[in-house]
Amino acid sequence: MATVTEAEAPPLAPETDPKPPRKRGRLVPYWLLLPGLLWLVIFFALPMIYQASTSVQTGSLEEGYKVTWHFATYWDSLTEYWPQFLRSVSYAAAATVLCLLLGYPLAYLIAFRAGRWRNLIMILVIAPFFTSFLIRTLAWKTILADSGPVVGALNTLHVLDVTTWLGWTAGDRVLATPLAVVCGLTYNFLPFMILPLYTSLERIDGRLHEAAGDLYARPWTTFRKVTFPLSMPGVVSGTLLTFIPAAGDYVNAELLGSTDTRMIGNVIQTQFLRILDYPTAAALSFILMAAILLMVTVYIRRSGTEDLV
Amino acid sequence: MEQYEPERLSPVQLAAMRRSLRSGRASLTRRSLLRASAGGALAVGGLGALTGCGIPAAGRTQGGTSAQDHSATEKTLSFSNWTEYIDLDDSGKHHPTLETFRKRTGISVKYTEDINDNNEFFAKIKPQLAAGQDTGRDLIVLTDWLAARVIRLGWVQKLDPSNLPHAYTNLSPQFRNPDWDPGRAYSYPWQGIPTIVAFNKKALDGIEVKSVSDLLDNPKLKGRVSFLSEMRDTMGMTLLDMGKDPAKFTDDDYDAAIARLQKAVDKGQIRRFTGNDYTSDLTKGDIAACVAWAGDIVQLKNDSPDVDFVIPDSGYMTSTDNLLVPNKARHKTNAERLIDFYYEPEQAAELAAYINYATPVEGVKPYLAKIDQDAANNPLIVPDKAMQARSHSFRALSQKEETAYEEKFAKLTGA
Repeated sequence: MATVTEAEAPPLAPETDPKPPRKRGRLVPYWLLLPGLLWLVIFFALPMIYQASTSVQTGSLEEGYKVTWHFATYWDSLTEYWPQFLRSVSYAAAATVLCLLLGYPLAYLIAFRAGRWRNLIMILVIAPFFTSFLIRTLAWKTILADSGPVVGALNTLHVLDVTTWLGWTAGDRVLATPLAVVCGLTYNFLPFMILPLYTSLERIDGRLHEAAGDLYARPWTTFRKVTFPLSMPGVVSGTLLTFIPAAGDYVNAELLGSTDTRMIGNVIQTQFLRILDYPTAAALSFILMAAILLMVTVYIRRSGTEDLV
Repeated sequence: MEQYEPERLSPVQLAAMRRSLRSGRASLTRRSLLRASAGGALAVGGLGALTGCGIPAAGRTQGGTSAQDHSATEKTLSFSNWTEYIDLDDSGKHHPTLETFRKRTGISVKYTEDINDNNEFFAKIKPQLAAGQDTGRDLIVLTDWLAARVIRLGWVQKLDPSNLPHAYTNLSPQFRNPDWDPGRAYSYPWQGIPTIVAFNKKALDGIEVKSVSDLLDNPKLKGRVSFLSEMRDTMGMTLLDMGKDPAKFTDDDYDAAIARLQKAVDKGQIRRFTGNDYTSDLTKGDIAACVAWAGDIVQLKNDSPDVDFVIPDSGYMTSTDNLLVPNKARHKTNAERLIDFYYEPEQAAELAAYINYATPVEGVKPYLAKIDQDAANNPLIVPDKAMQARSHSFRALSQKEETAYEEKFAKLTGA
């Protein structure tokens, strides 16, 4: 902005008549912001206001809905559906931890060991995104089919006895159980974990590893004291990108789950589309948003990293 | 032709009258003043916007509101239907019956497959219809319970019987008098959708399945049984199995049926409540037996010899998908002509041969036999008298009942 002002104003008397050019120069950033701001207002702010309003309305489809500031809807829906909230958070947390355990070694491999295979492996990570979310989820129905090889092997190894005892599976099947839903969530959100992890790992200077070696750090110590702390931004943004959408997901629970695995997303969908109880659906959405915001804030504060990626 | 003429005012009409008294011209100033001042006060707190966005009352005039009918001048018609729900030629681009219709009447049909789910489609057209605006569609296809709801809300137009001679004569008797549209004043069925019990012979391995009770009680089928997530189909089949009539059950009957299903859920007998996605589970054998839609089973049977079906002795449910003309449609007469066209047995046969659902048109059999002998003899496509006698339909629900029943059913299915 300053350069514009200087270029257009006479250099000898910058104070005499700076108004028109400076005004124009001042407005430029706002004009540039306009499309983004409009987008934000139309697709975020307005729907949020509309939702907030819906959540405190009462009425019915035939008599119309009116804002009556009925805040009890929030409390009612929370007391009614807290098991589904709890389930969403625990499934999403489990999927996030699994994604981290699976994704970290892979991102590490791609960043430091893959050499000329790096691009190929990256493509393989992203490749599933070329098919639809729905198809990818449905594929798990075939992978985990009751008479399929995976479930057969797990049965032979008596793994399912253990998971059934833990309440993750039911008898000798995996489909329509919590385990299947967590598997689906993990698979669908894994790339969101790997990509930020990779970016932050890839940025680590290899000489730091050498330096750690020079100071007699063993590989494990190097990882614990150098690599992992430096990759924290990737870990934090990866977990956020996995946890937040997983907590609100309903497709996996719908297709791979059963009656006792329904998540809060399913409840919102049912309330909004089937029961036509718009206030409850809106209130549930807000509670979910608030809960996620709270958890994320606490998490970011405790993780102690300044930048995300 | 006789049309349904209500002798008394329905609850909806009474409610509409009360509303018009309360919110009529006389009361307008005080109310709007109050609202404005309340809004002004709240705007200070930044919450003023919230009061502005209530959802207007949905109920409008009984009988629907019509726009000016442009049928005479504009030879077009916009028809919204479900995906893969009409005949298609080998090139995959043309619908032969619609071509015939165009050749005969000069009306070209803008055919859109934009309905995937009743609830979603309702959410899509609700804003326009609630605001009394044109949806841009002249003809839509909705499943009976939703058709009942839009008729109840006054969002669709009464059809003109003089444009529907074939429809009146050829409509199958079992569909003539649904309690939500007696005498078919507003709607005509596009197809009937029987709900039956299906099974995979290989997965059953000799276990006999003949009724819904077998699905719910046979411990050998534990975790290998599924029911439909469509409330009326699952509950209807269960009510029939318990000896109740889905056309006139009570709240207690409904609760008893829910309790019976809940017991099976708690035992782990029922694996899932499904939409159309049960078909792959059934062919794979992950599901050994289930409550299923006949149209799916007719198709599955062609591809997989293990899949078969049974009609329980207690009977089966038939729902319908119905043609309706929404309010403010620009081409109502054209739409009525298309409805009537599909009630000619010859055209209905073309359709039945392609889409495998139950045809609501009488006299289709000889025409269908010329195209596809197997289909003509399939009682799921052309129900004979004995089949029709065992068919039941779910009674119309008031809005209160609908909400309560859907809520109970949602609890049963997990949320």
